[in-house]
Amino acid sequence: MIRVSGLGKLYELGARQSGHTTLRESLLATLRAPLNFLRRNESPETFQALQDVSFEVQRGEVLAIIGRNGAGKSTLLKILSRITEPTKGRIELYGRVGSLLEVGTGFHSELSGRENIFLSGAILGMKREEIRRKFDEIVSFAEIEKFIDTPVKRYSSGMYMRLAFAVAAHLEPEILLVDEVLAVGDAQFQKKCLGKMSEVAHEGRTVLFVSHNMTAVNQLCPRTMMLADGRVVLAGKTSEVVSKYLQAGSGGGAEYVWNDSRRAPGNENFKLHAVRVVSDGTIKSEVDIDKAVSIEVEFWSLREGLRNVCTNIYLLDSIGTIVLSTGSTPAANSLPEGWFDKPHPTGMFRATCTFPPNFLNEGVYNIDIHIVTFGPLSVEVDAPQVLSFNVFDSGAMREAGGGTSWPGVVRVRLPWRTEYLGPEQAGEPKS
Amino acid sequence: MFFPRFPNFLHSTVCLTRSGALARLTSMSQTHQIPAGAGLNSDTSAKYSVPDTPLVVIEPPRVWQSLNLGELWAHRELLYFMIWRDVKVRYKQTALGVAWAVIQPFFTMLIFTIFFGRLAALPSDNIPYPVFAYAALLPWTFFSNAVINSSNSLVGSSNLITKVYFPRLIIPAASVGAGLVDFGIAFVVFIALMAYYGIGPSWQIVMLLPLLLLTTLLALGVGMWMSALNVKYRDVRYALPFMMQLWMFVSPIIYPASILKHRQWLLWFNPLTGIIEGFRSALLGRPFGWSAIALSTLMTLGMLVFAAFSFRRMEKRFADIV
Repeated sequence: MIRVSGLGKLYELGARQSGHTTLRESLLATLRAPLNFLRRNESPETFQALQDVSFEVQRGEVLAIIGRNGAGKSTLLKILSRITEPTKGRIELYGRVGSLLEVGTGFHSELSGRENIFLSGAILGMKREEIRRKFDEIVSFAEIEKFIDTPVKRYSSGMYMRLAFAVAAHLEPEILLVDEVLAVGDAQFQKKCLGKMSEVAHEGRTVLFVSHNMTAVNQLCPRTMMLADGRVVLAGKTSEVVSKYLQAGSGGGAEYVWNDSRRAPGNENFKLHAVRVVSDGTIKSEVDIDKAVSIEVEFWSLREGLRNVCTNIYLLDSIGTIVLSTGSTPAANSLPEGWFDKPHPTGMFRATCTFPPNFLNEGVYNIDIHIVTFGPLSVEVDAPQVLSFNVFDSGAMREAGGGTSWPGVVRVRLPWRTEYLGPEQAGEPKS
Repeated sequence: MFFPRFPNFLHSTVCLTRSGALARLTSMSQTHQIPAGAGLNSDTSAKYSVPDTPLVVIEPPRVWQSLNLGELWAHRELLYFMIWRDVKVRYKQTALGVAWAVIQPFFTMLIFTIFFGRLAALPSDNIPYPVFAYAALLPWTFFSNAVINSSNSLVGSSNLITKVYFPRLIIPAASVGAGLVDFGIAFVVFIALMAYYGIGPSWQIVMLLPLLLLTTLLALGVGMWMSALNVKYRDVRYALPFMMQLWMFVSPIIYPASILKHRQWLLWFNPLTGIIEGFRSALLGRPFGWSAIALSTLMTLGMLVFAAFSFRRMEKRFADIV
């Protein structure tokens, strides 16, 4: 059982953003303003990652936490798993906590599978005896019997993932915190993971599950809590919260601008600045099916000269199925556009992708934005479910469909041709 | 590029979504079954019982925290695994492996013997200079490697620190512990050296283990303090090797403390003086300078307590800034 009341986390940005100060800077700062340390309250820039978060999770309950990037989900998990400490509030944990914030925690590539099971198990909080007892089970769950004494650096990524998850899945804490580990691995393995998690719940353990995968949330968690800007905005039955979350976009707007670049998704190379849905010349979240719709992605390039930059858009329907994915690589671009492999100077860029009219069917669409650089592939910006928009149909095609919508994810006006082939009647044999 | 692929793409998407939608219908009905099984009034949940009082309470940290030694003790197996990992990985990654534990003190001893023993003819209290130097290099090499390795250990373990909780003290402690293995190997060489010079052990050897413990504690104190500082000030990485070099010269390694005659006490402010001279006495059967050892012990314990509390104070921000 978990009881959280009035939880808050304030980051001091000076230290967090520049990573670390040097001794020289600290000394200089002290020399310049020798009495500064007396004025404690006058802290530099701060960032409220969590604010007044309160909730309770009962024993045996599986609670999902959803929210957009920067909403505070990961910070909450980090505090619950005691990786970082809160600045306010109180948490009571009734039971041992195991956290799965990343599979493969504590793995060392030089060590063999066997050695890593012991090492990673110990780091995740298992006793040696416990690991020994579960060893065979872990190995067979991971399906790596043959390679157990091979260094994990020679494993395929699939084997590595399976082994890493297998170790973590055999933790037996009363409270399990899971962050998005299911996003990786092939479909079969994901199924295995989901199965393991519902098994865990049936055993009466408490699970907190942070994810962007609405299908998994729907399947696993009866109750869901939604965070936005570090606060709990909605909690309740999963189906209701998820549908609100998917419909809401970002507060219903057709545009999302990160005015505060510290909250913006991205890394030291690229940061997202804005995403908007444009149709018929204006920014709108209600899009007429007869009009083309453009998705504009504005991002900052922060490092001079990066090449092979690809902006990717995933469109998801209201239950999380990927309707389509597209990217700005020349091979996937129908326009002769030149920026992809040119060195990008620092500054703001805007990538626009246009969907033709009469293409997407009626319904709510969610937008995932990724910015990646190729060679070697690296994900610079990962922003799931940034915005959503609604495609509606009021026009001629709806009437033709009998006033109801056409079934299907896409709805394309296709060239149909019907030909008259002659006056013969059906069934009349030609002599 | 876009439109030619259109029909093909369309076809497959529709098919996929059809089956996807079907699958989703069944999974939605399961969703309503899970709460019944996973809810509070579930019968299957007997295996995990809930204690009446919270096992852990998380609150904003105070400035100075208790050391929480009980928690450290609970994680002693993890310390063992981390030491084991450090040792294993080091010997797997290096071509010469175990030989490094010998090469470093042995060749340092050779060079010292040539330059300081022969050319500079430094006194060595009537002990063959190689033995004299090596007896001091044993604790010194251990100490200096332990401090340097542990000072880099936290920064090098950032992937652990940001992903999982355990007492952070374990990380620098494991680096110090791993150095003990090297010490053991280097000690075997010392035995060979003693045999070569025909020097046998005496009763003073019983002090070897207490002195080794003292060295370990001092290395732990300095190492964990430096490791915590290193998280915030990366200057430590550059400053420390230099500092260690200076420290070596103010320790009686290449020369005996007696070289300073009646000003020997100056060296006593260096906690390593008592330790190194103590090692020589223990290994070579000479009388102990008890007062120097006592002073070293006091300074070591002081350093350890100070470092442990500083570490705890800085620890809470590691995950945010590492």
